[in-house]
Amino acid sequence: MTALFLLLPLLLPVALPPLARRALDRLTPAAALWSVTGCAVLLAGCAAVTLGLFVLLGLLKLPLFAALGELVHPLRAAPDAFVLPAAVASLGALAVCAGALVRSVLGQARAFRTARAETGDRPPAGDLYVVDSPRPDAYALPGRPHRVVVTTAMLRSLDGPEREALLAHERAHNAGGHHYALAAAELAAHCHPALRPVRDTIRLAAERAADEAAAASVGDRRLTARAIARAALAAQSARSVRPGFAPGAAGGPVPQRVQALLAAPRAPRAGRAIAALLVACAALSLVASVTGTAEIHHRVEVAQGDERP
Amino acid sequence: MTDAKDERRPAGELEASVLAALWAAGAPRTPGQVQQSLGTGLARTTVTTILTRLHDKGVVDRRRQGRGYAYFPVRDVQDAHGLTARRMHSELDRDSDRETVLARFVAQLSPDDERILRDLLEADGR
Repeated sequence: MTALFLLLPLLLPVALPPLARRALDRLTPAAALWSVTGCAVLLAGCAAVTLGLFVLLGLLKLPLFAALGELVHPLRAAPDAFVLPAAVASLGALAVCAGALVRSVLGQARAFRTARAETGDRPPAGDLYVVDSPRPDAYALPGRPHRVVVTTAMLRSLDGPEREALLAHERAHNAGGHHYALAAAELAAHCHPALRPVRDTIRLAAERAADEAAAASVGDRRLTARAIARAALAAQSARSVRPGFAPGAAGGPVPQRVQALLAAPRAPRAGRAIAALLVACAALSLVASVTGTAEIHHRVEVAQGDERP
Repeated sequence: MTDAKDERRPAGELEASVLAALWAAGAPRTPGQVQQSLGTGLARTTVTTILTRLHDKGVVDRRRQGRGYAYFPVRDVQDAHGLTARRMHSELDRDSDRETVLARFVAQLSPDDERILRDLLEADGR
């Protein structure tokens, strides 16, 4: 029974990628963004805790750690044939995760510092910082104060109203605090391999949320769609290296965003079911890992002779 | 989009829009030309006010043209700084797939994406 509680948090993340995609289809982009991000972080945390428990069980089998843990009886949580391989595998997985997490955090911090340095100390006009560059590019730079960075090539590839849509989009990222969700998605993706596709869904949800906010701000969905399409094509023609991957039938994130804007705004429908599934998934993982932890705690107390089995 | 709505926008946003228009133009522009290229309902007097404010801040420069001024963006004060910015930008560009906290306006396109987007733009009548 303990094993089941401990395996559930490791298996549940596999269910999240399809759920996350459905959530983005059914919920408003902002609601999908935050509910999927919250669920992904929780599942990642529970999976990491579970791996830690496996390692703990394995360690307490070793005489040294059993002595340190003041165990007077052998610890009976799961069969030895299961505990030792599980502990070794968990330790390896945790080490790989920790390495990937540290690398990711360092890489993100470096990119962030470079981007901050690029804008210098003062934004020249309002929140806009223009970088004189032949590559069309634009991004939101969170911080105090929030900034929007756009290259001259990007400004030149759009007309006046399209530039307004672009600025509104980046401001929506900053105002919505989307960078928190993107950072959380990145961390979760390194905690469990099944959460990697969820990171892409969260990125798309953040873009869709900013697109909708921009469309509301400029009051024109088609204009916003056109701005995205033209910016993407301009950026692409300036790139020397092209990606060699074959995309799925639905196209990559940019065509999906443009199509969603060109389609009529959707009334929220059947969103409750998918929201309930997300909550259930998170709750199940949480309950399983809490129960598993409590169970192991009890077994340790028993082995310490403090409690009766 | 109504005039009233544009006039009510925060000053910082208006400044950003006007500076963006000047950079996009690539040549000195009079307040009237800026107003046209913005394509919004801003009054010309408002555009003039914003341009004057940007000029006071040292973000744009101007030169006499007819009875008024034509404005253009100031490049980075030291040219060396401009070069640094460009170099840093290419550094960012190289890492674009890995750094995700910076929400970029558009992601990379696959060849299929490119075709789909061109079709969508054409269907939209442009």
